Amino acid sequence: MNQSTVMRNDYGSVNKRLRDIRTPEGVVLKVELASLWDRCAAVLLDLLVMSLIIVGVGALFFFSSFITSAPGSALALGLLLFFLLRGFYFLIFELRWRGVTPGKKVLGLRVMNRSGGPLKSDAVFARNLMREIELFIPITVLISVKLSGTEGLSQIFALIWLGLFAILPFCNKDRMRAGDMVGGTWVVRIPESKLLADVAESVDPGHGAFKDVHPKDSPRTKITFTDAQLDVYGIYELQTLENVLRVDGPTVDITQKEVCTHIQKKIGWPEGGAPVEPKTFLESFYAALRARLEARMLLGERKENKFDQSRPSVDKL
Amino acid sequence: MAQTTLKSTVFRKEREGKWQALEQLVNRVEKHGIRELSSDETLKLQSLYRVALSSLSVARNISLDQSALVYLEALSARAYFCVYGPRTKFLTELLSFFLHKFPAAVRDLKWPIFLSALTLIAGMGTGYAMIIMEPDWFYAFVSDAMAAGRTPTSPADELRAGLFTTHSSVKEYLHVFASFLFTHNAKIGFLAFALGFAFGIPTVLLLFSNGLSLGAFTALFVNKGLSVEFVGWLSIHGTTELLAVILCGGAGLAIGGAAIFPGRQTRLDSLTFQGRKSGLVVVGTVVMFFAAGILEGFGRQLIVETTDRYLIGGVAVLIWATYFMTFGRKS
Repeated sequence: MNQSTVMRNDYGSVNKRLRDIRTPEGVVLKVELASLWDRCAAVLLDLLVMSLIIVGVGALFFFSSFITSAPGSALALGLLLFFLLRGFYFLIFELRWRGVTPGKKVLGLRVMNRSGGPLKSDAVFARNLMREIELFIPITVLISVKLSGTEGLSQIFALIWLGLFAILPFCNKDRMRAGDMVGGTWVVRIPESKLLADVAESVDPGHGAFKDVHPKDSPRTKITFTDAQLDVYGIYELQTLENVLRVDGPTVDITQKEVCTHIQKKIGWPEGGAPVEPKTFLESFYAALRARLEARMLLGERKENKFDQSRPSVDKL
Repeated sequence: MAQTTLKSTVFRKEREGKWQALEQLVNRVEKHGIRELSSDETLKLQSLYRVALSSLSVARNISLDQSALVYLEALSARAYFCVYGPRTKFLTELLSFFLHKFPAAVRDLKWPIFLSALTLIAGMGTGYAMIIMEPDWFYAFVSDAMAAGRTPTSPADELRAGLFTTHSSVKEYLHVFASFLFTHNAKIGFLAFALGFAFGIPTVLLLFSNGLSLGAFTALFVNKGLSVEFVGWLSIHGTTELLAVILCGGAGLAIGGAAIFPGRQTRLDSLTFQGRKSGLVVVGTVVMFFAAGILEGFGRQLIVETTDRYLIGGVAVLIWATYFMTFGRKS
């Protein structure tokens, strides 16, 4: 299994939130842990949904005059409803919707088994039972705060105690709350997957990215590079170049010209030769570099970046 | 010289169609749930998921087409979530839970549950002994709200009346009483479990203090010569309720113990391993708390014969014991 690929986010920095999971098929996948702010927002949304349900049922009781005709039954049902929401709202949604609650769905989050296997009901039970001390009791304490007398004192202790649970997710690198630890779960972001066109193919984006390219007309046939020129760069530079080629905007010409000049200087491109469009040059260079790097990769030589000189090419001059 | 097409480009062109077919299935599952798919499509989801995984494994080694790599990585993860979500057959899950998982988990946790029972009994013994020696301790162990006028100074007749008669105005609200008792006690059960996370210490305190007030009450009634009547009054629901509390306490002690003594596992792994089993136990006790709520809310108010109360309490113990000892064993 090749583990040397380092996933980078849009800004090129290494993403500390990525985790490896091994699927039952034995393939290692990368998942991104959810940010704590997203999770807070998701919980708040879920609490909102719960309060809406309570308000809705309350209104139903009120307008159907159930409250006045049978106040006892209304109260009994209300107590049961409150308990069911508190104890089972998260639990049932996470079971039925496969690790997603309405709040998590809006934020694009999902609960998963930390060890990569299927998310089973016992894990969902355990992680949601802990909400009692992590979420519901703190809320109750906060609502009924009385900061005086011995009761006030014990409430302050209770708040400190519960505050410890609240900061727990900030204190471990996997952002686990107590429920995640007990249930063996992670909350991850559902990744967005969009298949972009292959830059190596899109020689003339003006005619659509997937347009068939006739090799003879292709501008990149006009430019050839020597292996020595291509061996200057590695995978990191290739992917950076790919991003440069994907960018679209008003300053795209300037950027491409700058990158082009920089690369030409670096690889010792003969000055004073026939002038080339920066875009054409970059696309050709991208295709040639990728072909070169992929060919070397097949032989087991993975050149991560321009500094990676561990296996110099055999045909280097 | 014609440019030779890249191997990775050919690789991608050959497989792109299947990736996108998988993406469409995944989109539908994410939006509408797994039931959205027909059985053929479910099979297709499985096989396309494996196609994507294998493409990803190959692409990591032969391709530097970043867009395809990132796409496959994300698509495989999304498909993985669809393929390996929790089981959705609610009824079968529920049945297997009560027929196998719950009693099996209780047996797995027999030592922490035993310890939990000991803690509660130790609390009861302490409370009982202290009140017998000095009745004024009663006020320290039992809050005014809980005592509800039953104190060491109450005359025996009043206490006896409290055990057997229900005020007529209350009789109309027995269902409110029952649902209050059920929800309140189940929350205490959840609490006893969740507090176990702090190395089990708060769980021990909770069990012990509940034992103290129970022991204090017992002593109060024993002092007035009402021991048989009191135990009957308590046992009709108490056998079920206390058993449920003990199970929840045991679950809490199990996760506390897992955090303190991880053994050969890492602390986190050990916590997870015990946590999942204990969580099963606590969810299962909700049914016991419900039964106890009904017995306490209705049964205790409507059944006033002490012998009947003993009978019901005893049968409940027998049922629970049989259930936990026999169900869910592998043949």
